[in-house]
Amino acid sequence: MHMCADPSTLDGFNWWLCYLTTGKQIMFYESFLTVLALLFLTAPVVLLLGFGGAVSRRSHFAPLRWFGAAYTNVVRGVPDIIFFLFVPIAMDQGIEYIRHKIKCSDWDEPVRQGNDFVVCAAAKMPLGTSPQWVHEVYGFSLALIAFAIVFGAFAANTLYGAMQAVPRAQLETAEAFGMSERQVFWRIHVPQMWVFAMPGLTNLWMILIKASPLLFLLGVEDIVYWAKELGGAKTTRFAYPHPDWRVYYFGVLLVFYLFMTWISERVFVRINRKLSHGQATLGGLTDAEVTA
Amino acid sequence: MSCLETLHDYGLRSIGIGERLLPKTDIDLCDQFVLIGSGLIWNFYFAFFALAFGFWLATLIAVGKASRRKIFQLPARAFIFVFRGSPLFIQFFLFYEIFVLIPKVGYDIDLGFVTITAETRWLTKAWLGATIVLILNTSAYTGEIFYGALRSIPKGDIEAADAYGMSGFRRFRRIIWPTMLRLAWPSYTNEAIFMFHATTLVFFSGFPAWRQSGDALYYASYFADKTFNPFVAYPIIALYFIAGTLSIITLFGWGNRRLNRHIPKELKTKFRFRPQLVR
Repeated sequence: MHMCADPSTLDGFNWWLCYLTTGKQIMFYESFLTVLALLFLTAPVVLLLGFGGAVSRRSHFAPLRWFGAAYTNVVRGVPDIIFFLFVPIAMDQGIEYIRHKIKCSDWDEPVRQGNDFVVCAAAKMPLGTSPQWVHEVYGFSLALIAFAIVFGAFAANTLYGAMQAVPRAQLETAEAFGMSERQVFWRIHVPQMWVFAMPGLTNLWMILIKASPLLFLLGVEDIVYWAKELGGAKTTRFAYPHPDWRVYYFGVLLVFYLFMTWISERVFVRINRKLSHGQATLGGLTDAEVTA
Repeated sequence: MSCLETLHDYGLRSIGIGERLLPKTDIDLCDQFVLIGSGLIWNFYFAFFALAFGFWLATLIAVGKASRRKIFQLPARAFIFVFRGSPLFIQFFLFYEIFVLIPKVGYDIDLGFVTITAETRWLTKAWLGATIVLILNTSAYTGEIFYGALRSIPKGDIEAADAYGMSGFRRFRRIIWPTMLRLAWPSYTNEAIFMFHATTLVFFSGFPAWRQSGDALYYASYFADKTFNPFVAYPIIALYFIAGTLSIITLFGWGNRRLNRHIPKELKTKFRFRPQLVR
């Protein structure tokens, strides 16, 4: 904006108008989209991993069953933040190690040298010459995988419980109609399990929302990063000097999260009402039937 | 250096006793086990005090939310909404900034035989500030759990208490409160496990680690940075936390048995391990 050219002459309303539209402030606003992107990109992956985990826990093949049980139990017994710190760096080193083996097979030095992890330049991920956005997307993807692994374990547990909760008689009826095992699973078992999975999945979504600020620890420039960056005291050397405003910036984040959880809760109440419609549970009955 | 020496030097490093400098080169497995284990003292400290104080505050909040009087109900509801609706990580940052802004003054507290000075600058230190945030956070979650349990107390229990002529605080103390605890206990165990896990966030949010005295995760990430090898330090801390989680389950299992000792065997609810699922 034209009037923002010389901030030192501004005061009151105009100062605020200009301050809130600086390039860095815009990046702060955009980082809210990063958080939303994480939530909406992780959710389907979490469901997929959870479904896989639940199915493998019910598998007839013992090693697969053990794997499913180990995955869900280990992830849940350890604080999630440990996985958030571990998975990205472990994945990064794993990818670079494999690329190193393929692209630089003539290297004879070990990859681990004392306290260093050395791979040839061609194996670096992303390549040193790549533009900045590639680095950012790569970092974000690793974070997304870490989130998906952790929450996939919780989802696996929820879906496993939901699969167990589907009344046995429903499945037996389907079998009596001559459906194959596969048909029973996809046509009867899976459609019916969702209503039992809903409370757990609702809870999981809430936990996912509340875990999203941990993106900051993974080096992603998210809302926490910008709140710290912009909120810190700015001396008169800056165009818009101000004292330490971090408490207000974090206050804004708090309100943002309160809004997110509040709106989610309202949406889930509606979904639940839809899902339990016509089910032989207390929630599925109409008011007239309950009082009767 | 033998492992025993390492234990002597670094065993209590996290609370400032022992060798000042952290190992920088030639980090062996023993260093990692000892220092990360030393950091665990802080995790237990935070979890213990958060749960010990949070328990009482949560009871108050649950009773407040269940109260018919608006003046008790509204603050309890608002408290639960704010602390359950926002991430603990953001709460740490926000409260740290608030504690920094509070004027630095000291208050003399006369205990009769000795006078101690309570200073507000302690609030910016993790041992007090982070504990307060954890107490508030866990009371909100526990308050909601207790509130749910209060509402599912069998009507007959309360009617029986009335029939015995109990009322007011006596009825609460002897009938309502124990039944509430019994019903809430499995969920409360999960909350305790979560609180234990959440203590790892303290030194990764606003609160600084003074003289590199941090918790288990602080040292684990220190080693992962120094050796550039995440495959040793993180599995070690994972092992410690699985062990800690199992001991919490055992401890709370005793509590559960005590609370349920009058219940016929076939009606007893067994605790199922499902951490975080109730958060």
